Amino acid sequence: MKQSRIAPWIGVIFGAIYFLVPLIATFEFSLRMERGRYSFEAYRIVLGDPNFQASFGYSAFIAVCTIIVGVALVVPTAYVVQLKLPKLRPVIEFLTLLPLVIPAIVIVFGYLRMYNSSSWLPLTGSARGTDVLLTFSYVTLALPYMYRSVDTGLRAIDVRTLTEAAQSLGSSWPRILLTVILPNVRVAVLSGSFLTFAIVIGEFTMASLLNRPAFGPYLQLIGANRAYEPAALAIIAFAITWACMGLINLFGAMGQQTQRR
Amino acid sequence: MTNSSITDTNFSTAAVRPRPISWSWLGVVPFLLFTLMFLLLPAANLIIGAFQDAAGNFTLQNIANLSQPTILRAYQMSIGISAASAFLGAVIGFALALAAVLGRLPRWVRPSLMTFSGVASQFAGVPLAFAFLATLGRTGLVTALLFNIFGINIYRYGFNLLSFSGLTLTYLYFQIPLMVLILTPALDGLKREWREASAILGASTWQYWRMIALPILWPSLLGAFMLLFANSFGAIATAYALTGSSLNIITILLYAQIRGDVLHDPNLGYALALGMILITGISNGIYIWLSSRTGRWIR
Amino acid sequence: MAFLSIEKLVKTFGTQTTVKGVDLAVERGEFVTLLGPSGCGKTTILRMVAGFETATSGTIRIDGKDVTDLKPNQRNIGMVFQAYALFPNMSVADNIAFGLKVAKKSSAEIAARVKEMLELIKLPQLGERYPYQLSGGQQQRVALARALAVKPQILLLDEPLSALDAKIRISLRDEIRAVQRSLGITTIFVTHDQEEALSMSDRICVMNEGHIEQLGTPFEVYNYPTTRFVASFVGTLNIVNGKVADSATGKLLVDGQEIVTSRSLNGASTGDALSLALRPEALTMGRANGLSNNLDGTIDEVHFLGSVVRIRVKFKDSAISLDTFNKPHLPPPERGQPVTVNFGREDILVLDGAPN
Repeated sequence: MKQSRIAPWIGVIFGAIYFLVPLIATFEFSLRMERGRYSFEAYRIVLGDPNFQASFGYSAFIAVCTIIVGVALVVPTAYVVQLKLPKLRPVIEFLTLLPLVIPAIVIVFGYLRMYNSSSWLPLTGSARGTDVLLTFSYVTLALPYMYRSVDTGLRAIDVRTLTEAAQSLGSSWPRILLTVILPNVRVAVLSGSFLTFAIVIGEFTMASLLNRPAFGPYLQLIGANRAYEPAALAIIAFAITWACMGLINLFGAMGQQTQRR
Repeated sequence: MTNSSITDTNFSTAAVRPRPISWSWLGVVPFLLFTLMFLLLPAANLIIGAFQDAAGNFTLQNIANLSQPTILRAYQMSIGISAASAFLGAVIGFALALAAVLGRLPRWVRPSLMTFSGVASQFAGVPLAFAFLATLGRTGLVTALLFNIFGINIYRYGFNLLSFSGLTLTYLYFQIPLMVLILTPALDGLKREWREASAILGASTWQYWRMIALPILWPSLLGAFMLLFANSFGAIATAYALTGSSLNIITILLYAQIRGDVLHDPNLGYALALGMILITGISNGIYIWLSSRTGRWIR
Repeated sequence: MAFLSIEKLVKTFGTQTTVKGVDLAVERGEFVTLLGPSGCGKTTILRMVAGFETATSGTIRIDGKDVTDLKPNQRNIGMVFQAYALFPNMSVADNIAFGLKVAKKSSAEIAARVKEMLELIKLPQLGERYPYQLSGGQQQRVALARALAVKPQILLLDEPLSALDAKIRISLRDEIRAVQRSLGITTIFVTHDQEEALSMSDRICVMNEGHIEQLGTPFEVYNYPTTRFVASFVGTLNIVNGKVADSATGKLLVDGQEIVTSRSLNGASTGDALSLALRPEALTMGRANGLSNNLDGTIDEVHFLGSVVRIRVKFKDSAISLDTFNKPHLPPPERGQPVTVNFGREDILVLDGAPN
């Protein structure tokens, strides 16, 4: 069956143009800060800005917290569902997909109503409390991706045999999870973690509405007040996303190699 | 002999030894508690708030107040942009996935496309707005190139990045790759033998797609479309960074309401949120209904 | 003229030639099997007949009509695939009806034909089921019905039994052959399983590395293999090295013991080294007189396989295996026991080519 290759090529080239042109344009724009010549002045200013460092550091910290809480929540759940409670699978999967259906802004609006300073659990009453709430909001945001990733990882290994082998050696449940299951889904957990990082690092809505000094609101502020720095920031943000995805691919490839042994 | 002894053992385990109580459900309790506290209850809280007045009494006034022209236009605009970007994203993304999977392109094309789609589908929010401003904004590179080379000033022809078409175009930057990511595995699931079997039975390529491939892909396509719709319907950061609060879409309206109570009625805000949940909820309900009707053959 | 005739068929993929000038003529109503190891080109030939691959050169004619460059949907061929390939979104009845629907037959005609086909494959109740609700064997029967519903000129079977359990494989084997006989449809069957090939075919075409090694009835191919490859690929075979003691009388030496063959020596002369092949079932334990050959050795290994006992006998340098039927009152011999093996003069296959 012969098939023309022209149409697929046109499609792929169109796609490449659509996705590369904005990047090129942004990069070109970010170099235009000094009149008459290209320079990295915008990058120098942005990277030297203490607010940039502070907000990026804050968001990175919250991202790491999000990953820890997310993994601690998702791995045992996915494991128990896989091994003991397959009947719960539809319910759990439905819950993990909900954040894709309920917009983030609605969720955070609900937090503001439920956990305000005069409520039974006044999380927004203090900065620490709000940090916790922001972390939790990011956990929900990343839930679909984290769960999907870990669940796929668990399906790829023989959970039952591993568990029974560990049990026959006298391991306790927490030990099995920590020393047997977790290392075996390491790649899946790492993929989920990097994806979570990519989602969380520049998140705007929740951080802004919870009024925390995160990277997303900082980006927005710069965008509203400066001309060339936003372009430099966009390139930096793209590089971070790319790095996260690159690491996922890298670990994925490594995981395949270890499985192939 | 053997038979009776087997029945005996069965009998004894069933009757004498009680099943040990399983504590495994404890493993899912933290998860369920978390989703209850930070997903379900906050949403439920808003829904309840939508039916209360300032004093906490039941009322339908908030829902009725949604019929203000500004709010209705905001919903309309949001649904329009989401539907347009989801539809275009689905069609173009489907075509790209098709080209990558079945297009017989060189081997490097597909992994490159997948990696790039992974990055681009997550490249949303504020930085995406910056990128499009630098590209198609009034001083953007493409705008300037079009003017300098072809003498076309796209802004004179009515294009505006801070508009329906501009925002749709921007959203496509993550919608198309998302579609590619979702659909590629589905296309991989189409077996070569189905195509060959249909051909040898006399079917044309078009008949194969109409009678076999598209019905098989339909649930995936529909699900992906719904996801894309919800994805842009709930998005705010890109629009906000692009347009400030000048573009009247529902997320920006709600954002302004939360930050500054622009509608001067907090309970109306809850009704706005309820409307959003209803729209994404109904669209997903339609999806579940349609796919259960069309996908009877799925295990 | 043959119903399906393949002439000088060549297929090249890049630098690799998978089919190297194959000629094959299949008579109307005949069941011909392409048998060979994977990569021998048998599937590629089938796919060229179907039209999924274009021939690099050569012609394919069906009933005198050149179909070499026709598209698959213009050929009126039925095909059953290894992996079932039922359309998962259609019920069994719709699967069977597919070719008829595409051919724009009336719905009454389609319904009648579907019913007829469901009865042919003995699944009349299952028309409304979906493929995932069927067992592998049932799916493959439906696939057969779907292929036959359009009344094709030729039926192609691409390893249709490979994915099935051993028991179902054997019963379906007989069923496919029965359906093929009752319809009298010209059939090409591709398999790597020699037992399937031997039990089902009118003729077997043994293939290796892109060319035909031997074409003949199962009886011929098994008993009179013309090449070393056929001899070793079809059935189990003992290969021993020998030397020609006297080419005129067919006297040979195996490990210093003299035997005589009644078959041709393929042109070998006195003193030449030869490869000789013996089927396990042609060998008997004990000394025989008259024109039989006898070889003395010791029992090296005894495998009890149930109905058959396979015994390995060692000579000075070589060893052979022989089969005896299991007899409850006759326990198998012990290892290390001296034994004589006898076989007929016509049972020795002389393989061409020098021994390796």
